[in-house]
Amino acid sequence: MNVGLPHFLTVGAILFALGLFAVMSRRNAIGILMGVELMLNASNINFVAFSRYVEHAVDGQIMAAFVIVLAAAEAAVALAIVLAMYRNFGTANADVVQSLKR
Amino acid sequence: MELLNLNIPTWSDLGHWIPEAVLVGAFLAGLLGDLIVRGRRPWVPFAISVIGLVTAGSYAVAAMLHADPTAHSIMGRLVVVDGLATFFRLIFIFTGLVTVLFAWTSEEIMGRWRENKGEFYVLTTLMTLAMCVMAEARDLLMLFLSMEGVGLVSYVMAGYMRSTLRSTEASLKYVVFGAVSSAIMLYGLSLLYGMTGSLTFTGIRAGLMAHQPDPFGLLIAAVLILVGMSYKIAAVPFHYWAPDVYEGAPTPVSALFSVGPKAAGFALMIRFFYTVLASGNDPATGSTLIADFNWPLLVAVMSAATMIYANLVALRQTNVKRLLAYSSISHVGYILMGFVLLTGQGLQAVLFYLLVYTFMNLGAFFFVVAVNNHLKSEELEDYVGLGFRAPWAAAMMVVFLSSLAGVPPFAGFVGKLYIFTAVMDRQWFWLVIVAGVNSVIGLYYYYKVVKAMWLTRPAEGADTSPLKLHWLQYTVLGVLTVPTLVLGVYFGQFKALADQAIRLLSTGM
Repeated sequence: MNVGLPHFLTVGAILFALGLFAVMSRRNAIGILMGVELMLNASNINFVAFSRYVEHAVDGQIMAAFVIVLAAAEAAVALAIVLAMYRNFGTANADVVQSLKR
Repeated sequence: MELLNLNIPTWSDLGHWIPEAVLVGAFLAGLLGDLIVRGRRPWVPFAISVIGLVTAGSYAVAAMLHADPTAHSIMGRLVVVDGLATFFRLIFIFTGLVTVLFAWTSEEIMGRWRENKGEFYVLTTLMTLAMCVMAEARDLLMLFLSMEGVGLVSYVMAGYMRSTLRSTEASLKYVVFGAVSSAIMLYGLSLLYGMTGSLTFTGIRAGLMAHQPDPFGLLIAAVLILVGMSYKIAAVPFHYWAPDVYEGAPTPVSALFSVGPKAAGFALMIRFFYTVLASGNDPATGSTLIADFNWPLLVAVMSAATMIYANLVALRQTNVKRLLAYSSISHVGYILMGFVLLTGQGLQAVLFYLLVYTFMNLGAFFFVVAVNNHLKSEELEDYVGLGFRAPWAAAMMVVFLSSLAGVPPFAGFVGKLYIFTAVMDRQWFWLVIVAGVNSVIGLYYYYKVVKAMWLTRPAEGADTSPLKLHWLQYTVLGVLTVPTLVLGVYFGQFKALADQAIRLLSTGM
């Protein structure tokens, strides 16, 4: 079997859907952030695959490298915020945090 | 962005990027300065930020007056400095500067028990820089990097009062919604790259024009990208984070959020949609859609939904900060009307409205900061009698609110007039009718605040002692009041600036 562009895109799409599902179904803030990581990596797979099969250049791979770095930065900021939330609310469950007016 | 003939920046290239370079320097110097004084003397980073922002601002004004008709590419093909970027970075640097100045007098930022006060000023400088880059991005990589840059700084700033529940909750909601929407947008960007094989806006347009893409694929990609961008400008249905974040974040930060990232989002949307999904920038005929996807109609529906929803919900708000949050969402609806017209006239009206909105919205939020210093509250019932306790500031607040409501002869009226005229010219009558009805609804809740301040009699035994405002607060509020008044009667020059920015908008290269 030849592995081609559709295979990569399918993996990317499944990963994206799983990430979105995790984001919507998880109560725990860290679980939500893990879902976001999956979604970002789904796009990374797309970028790398497109750069190999469509563009025949490395632009997409450069993009993926930057996205990986940004995902790390985002995780650092987000985890610090979750930590602050755990200190103040005593929980990491996002749906408990309801002190502001609806 | 081909690797082999990557355009290495030369000094002449960077000459057009001095404001950003100064901001980078101010950010690093402020960070270092704060470390050297070990966070004990917040005036050090404060002074560095003010100096940096003023210097960057003077260079930006000089570039604006110079009106360079050619666009300059910086850092290869990643960033472009053209009329649009020159116009917007003035808004960003002004917003950053007045926020820094006003935060200096804010108890929420500078209160005695607060730690790491200096970091606020460093972060504001960094955010100003990231917003400038957002208005200049012309490549999917820079688009994503700059949007994430603004996002990451704003998550931290929303949670600035990290020992309070409200602020932590605001920052958590912001980071969760922000991360999800940017991940969704990135997936759309990757699809767009796959369809055209290019990362630059112009390359994508060329790819879309060369071979008609699959309409369904393009629809999905464009909608995913629109999700990320409308999250940034807080348009319905991606606005749900805004009221909570604006209410929970420290008020100077809310003021910055309600103007800065929003204007940056609009700058990015204008450049992206008018370069990638439309072609031509002719003032007479406007732009034409290049692919079989009617995004103007989609955005127009969003615009109408934004206006209706935000205005109706604002009616029953009793917290002034939350009311202003919904008001700023409703203004996004008005601005989006000009965005969908595909005409230069519409974009010029958008830019002028954003300029006016900067002054009046910052003013209204800063008044809330000044009052919060004394009352420790933003509830409408505590605003009763403020007109007699702080007459000058309350009078200026009336100017800001009237301008936000679009009452003549204030600046907001002229801004609305330009947008409505541009919409009428393209015969989007249903949109004008929705906007007109909403302007009337807006009057009610803006004047609810005015009524509380001036016309309602305070309860027996209520505190009626005069409020003493810091001189810096009077200065900044005055600086914002003057254009709000002047632009209502003498707007030709400033409209000309907006016109020039759109004329020099580079969609080619």
